[in-house]
Amino acid sequence: MDFASSEERTRPHPAEITSAKIVVAGGFGVGKTTLVGAVSEIEPLTTEAVMTVAGQGIDDASKVPGKESTTVAMDFGRITMADDLILYLFGTPGQTRFWFMWDELIRGAVGAAVLVDTRRLTDAFAPLDYFENRHLPYLVAVNCFDGAPRYEPEEVREALAIPARVPLVMCDARHRDSVKTVLISVVEHAMATLVAEHERATPVG
Amino acid sequence: MTQPHDPRGNLVRPYAVTRGRTEPSRDIPIEAVLLASPAAVQESRFAGHDKYRIAALCEPKALSLAELAAHTRLPLGVTRVLVADMVADGLLQLHSAAPKTGFTERMDLLGRVLGGLRKL
Repeated sequence: MDFASSEERTRPHPAEITSAKIVVAGGFGVGKTTLVGAVSEIEPLTTEAVMTVAGQGIDDASKVPGKESTTVAMDFGRITMADDLILYLFGTPGQTRFWFMWDELIRGAVGAAVLVDTRRLTDAFAPLDYFENRHLPYLVAVNCFDGAPRYEPEEVREALAIPARVPLVMCDARHRDSVKTVLISVVEHAMATLVAEHERATPVG
Repeated sequence: MTQPHDPRGNLVRPYAVTRGRTEPSRDIPIEAVLLASPAAVQESRFAGHDKYRIAALCEPKALSLAELAAHTRLPLGVTRVLVADMVADGLLQLHSAAPKTGFTERMDLLGRVLGGLRKL
């Protein structure tokens, strides 16, 4: 086990530690874990949820014959911003049939980035659909792999029918500075969305 | 962190360690962090192997529910049941996840996260 250094241990823990999370979504193999690893202070970790496939939506899974259990894996990273503030980055499970896990992941999240690979644009439709129907600020980050077809941002927006209100940024998921820019854009978009909602809820005059 | 693979492997049904319970006594967000005092770590020795491991992990450094599941190699749902019990028993201190309501509170948090990202 990696116990913290003695210096870390002698420092008292703050009374209240707040944690926040940003969700990184996208199709299988689009580079979500690479993106998380580019900024995480720890090697991305994997947590697994076990579920009974046939039991979904059924009250008592034990009554279902031939039930089989499936493991859904999620990769995540951590950025300790201050003694009392930690940001977690969660990658969604690649397979879109695990939507129920996505619902748990996005609950309470600051916002989300949908990572898109221009070589497999159609893989982005399901995640984009998902976020269009959820109340969570999100943006689209186009991962520019080496050798991937380069498109203008507006071409990608048009091809994927991304609404004008959703920001679109180009990135390289392997590079820390590029990923940092994506995450900053997510938070700025979340703030702008929150301010707009607040202003709508409290009209002036 | 390297840890030998759980020798019990798949022979133990995931929820055996929670004595069959699948519902946690309280809902704990996946990113909520937990801390254990040195005294709580000692006390948790009597609470079973898995709870002791969890307490020991949370003593030097605040860890999220997700990190605890990853380090113990227990499924997320199982870890949540154990952690919820430990919070109820006073073995773990639960820290809050991001505020979900209140414009000012949420803006303050977003501002702090933004500042933290810019400093990276």
